[in-house]
Amino acid sequence: MNWKAFFAMLGRDAHVARRNFVALLFQTFLQPLMFVFIFGRVMVGSGYMPASYKGQLLPGIMAICMVGTGIWAVAMPLIAEFQFTREIEDRLLAPMEISWLAIEKVVAGTLQALAAGFMVIPAAWLLLRPGVGLNITHPLLFAIVALLVALFSATGGLALGCSMQQTHIGLMFSLVVAPMIFFGCTYYPWSALEKFPILQKAVLVNPLVYASEGLRGTMVPQFSHLPLPAVLGGLVFFNVALLALGLTKFHGKSVT
Amino acid sequence: MVAGIRTVDLRKVFTSAPPVAAGTGGFSFGPPKPKAKGKQPKPEIVALDGISLDILPGEIFCLLGPNGAGKSTTVGVLTTRVRPTSGQAFIGEHDVWQTQVAVKRLIGVVAQRPNLDFSLTAREILTFHGAYFGLSSYERSKRAESLLERFKLTDRADQMVRGFSGGMMQRLSIARAMMHDPQVLFLDEPSAGLDPQTRLLLWEIVREYNHSGKTILLTTHNMEEADALCKRLAIIDHGRVIALGTPQELKASVPGGYLLRLRFGVHSPELLQRLQGLAGVREVRATDGNGADLYADRSGSLIAEVANLAASAGVELCDVHISEPSLENLFLHHTGRSLRE
Repeated sequence: MNWKAFFAMLGRDAHVARRNFVALLFQTFLQPLMFVFIFGRVMVGSGYMPASYKGQLLPGIMAICMVGTGIWAVAMPLIAEFQFTREIEDRLLAPMEISWLAIEKVVAGTLQALAAGFMVIPAAWLLLRPGVGLNITHPLLFAIVALLVALFSATGGLALGCSMQQTHIGLMFSLVVAPMIFFGCTYYPWSALEKFPILQKAVLVNPLVYASEGLRGTMVPQFSHLPLPAVLGGLVFFNVALLALGLTKFHGKSVT
Repeated sequence: MVAGIRTVDLRKVFTSAPPVAAGTGGFSFGPPKPKAKGKQPKPEIVALDGISLDILPGEIFCLLGPNGAGKSTTVGVLTTRVRPTSGQAFIGEHDVWQTQVAVKRLIGVVAQRPNLDFSLTAREILTFHGAYFGLSSYERSKRAESLLERFKLTDRADQMVRGFSGGMMQRLSIARAMMHDPQVLFLDEPSAGLDPQTRLLLWEIVREYNHSGKTILLTTHNMEEADALCKRLAIIDHGRVIALGTPQELKASVPGGYLLRLRFGVHSPELLQRLQGLAGVREVRATDGNGADLYADRSGSLIAEVANLAASAGVELCDVHISEPSLENLFLHHTGRSLRE
């Protein structure tokens, strides 16, 4: 394994992210923080939602931010670089197995998703306080769940970025990302679907459910959430499956 | 150690659309497969049909052919981007598809379409490329500076490449390919879209790089470029090598050397037979319509005799075009088509 090439590519991605920092900041946080403000502050403040909703909303918003950032950070450059600018070709010709280039993309996406996730906590807390009731009793478990969520966002980005045509980017958001967010237990806990038993079971195929519920279970465990073994199992399963699919697709794109 | 290039009976059959750089026209289509349960059979596109080449270390070798002939696919196979259906490819002693990482260390590639990193400046493109190949920070900066100077890009070095002209992008692509000082340099249609001045600069740099002992494989459909730069060349068409040798050898292999493209008012097989009997005429071929290609060892002095023969046969001579001995004539002689068609 050529670690020099691997870290040089990671350095290149960090350099590009630093250069686009302000744009990335708006792209990542603006919409979720507006959600936090309207749903958590305005609607709770005006009595449309109970005060406890703040605590249930924050992990979901963190999951949306992380997953959105990871998918965007990996999928969008891959779609553009393979199909439009072709700029990935230079890195495909670097003296390194091409699978490691895909893994480098996943690592870069994971780091960006983690940064977005950890930045959303203080920002949302400032908007929602008081009454969020964060209660991270097991920091290590929380870190593991956050890492698995970030990893899922990046492996999902890899699989999507290598599967979608440039002309289908709009469809990717309306057919994949939007339903994933709305049926991903982000704005409501999974237990809130008890009155819709079929839907409650159906949403379990959505990996974002495990992400939101995992963060809920480790950040605000006082509220009901999916059991953590199920969360960890679900996240590991989706990570492995999406990484395998992404690597296969990446090879298909890289070598004709 | 200087590395050469070798391919053994390379075949590539695409079952989906070939990559853009590999061209889309001019492939031969294989026989259609029988329909399976209502599914449309995938069309098989034969891009390479048994290409065997032996390019010597330190040689400038050219693949000459029209668009879609298989030039870019050959480069793709040799640079680990296109997996051959069968056959073998070697860079030096390394089998391209067995030892890809070792091969990538030896090669530099300039793709047919610009593929520069639009998120970086010109200097960063070079330094990051150097970093991928493990160059030290000092070495990267030094080489980048020197290449920017050599390719006349110093004044734009710290600008994003998005606003560069096509010629500047091409120069930077070549500088990037040379950044890690590869033993073998692949240039896929390097002068496409370049103005004459930049083309001459490119040729000068390619010769200079070759003089430092490096092997260069260049693809082009520009005969002038092939003639000016290459020690040897292969003419390929429909994925096959149709002629191989030095430019001089190949030009000399055209019967007579000169080509007279004639067009008559009507088609007359009898006239063509009589043209064959003229002194110095080596070969006469009927072409589409009422034309004939006449290969001969003289040119201008033949015209009066051709006109006299046509007049005596009652056929009007409408058009005459004379070509000096050239690679274009060779291609035409082998394929019946012009490289420009």
